[in-house]
Amino acid sequence: MKIREILRVLDARLVWGEPLLEEEVATACASDMMSDVLAFSKEHTILLTGLINPQVLRTADMLDIRCVVFVRGKQPNQEIVDLAREYDVAILSSGWTLYEASGKLYESGLKVE
Amino acid sequence: MSILKDEFPVAAMDFVAAGEASGKIKRMLKKLGVNINVVRRVSIACYEAEINLVIHSRGGKILLEVDEDKLTLITRDVGPGIPDIPLAMREGYSTASDDVRMMGFGAGMGLSNMARNSDRFHIESQVGVGTEITMGFDL
Ligand SMILES: Nc1ncnc2c1ncn2[C@@H]1O[C@H](COP(=O)(O)OP(=O)(O)OP(=O)(O)O)[C@@H](O)[C@H]1O
Ligand SMILES: [Mg+2]
Repeated sequence: MKIREILRVLDARLVWGEPLLEEEVATACASDMMSDVLAFSKEHTILLTGLINPQVLRTADMLDIRCVVFVRGKQPNQEIVDLAREYDVAILSSGWTLYEASGKLYESGLKVE
Repeated sequence: MSILKDEFPVAAMDFVAAGEASGKIKRMLKKLGVNINVVRRVSIACYEAEINLVIHSRGGKILLEVDEDKLTLITRDVGPGIPDIPLAMREGYSTASDDVRMMGFGAGMGLSNMARNSDRFHIESQVGVGTEITMGFDL
């Protein structure tokens, strides 16, 4: 699935990442614990999270995650947007909860690899 | 003769800088043309180790050495040390504070994730002195 599609499925706002919209992703990982993301996430995944801090972007960078979705309408601040640009990670903001957003993506065909 | 040798200081409780050393190392390895799967495993292990230095130690450093056929990461800190290593290695065991959990860490997964992602893992610790972790990766 393309990041452009994820944006649509989640009724999300693209905070940063226009150049990444055509990138393909294979699966998703949803958690507020970066420890679990580091331990359990697969390759070519996106990250859905309700946690907003610079470590979310650093975790994404370490795992080569190309798209982070902040749920429950959370708006990342400038520091986070700057990191996203530096690491080349698209960031989206969606009004759905973590559970709802996960369900919508799963239903639309983004399964667990 | 090693291809690359470098060291990176890591400050205790500096959440703003936490992860910067691992990011630098990742980019250095990519530039060197190290296999991407190895870069991924080194990055994960290095970041877990760096976060541990930030949240559990009084500060320390990460040493990186790249040779023809292997890569070595060593983390060395100045305390407080780990009293029971088998217990610390157990998945789910964590002494992290609520503040650290609010940052998204402290699930007790880090050490076992480091061991899983490296080809060789060795940990030594002395209470009151410090902890040294050596991780080896085949290239
Ligand atoms: N460098 C260190 N100095 C002192 N204690 C440490 C150090 N590294 C780990 N520990 C101890 O070992 C425990 C387990 O570490 P581990 O990395 O597995 O989990 P964590 O850091 O608590 O959580 P997570 O890594 O999932 O975010 C820690 O909670 C801490 O008590
Ligand atoms: Mg840890």
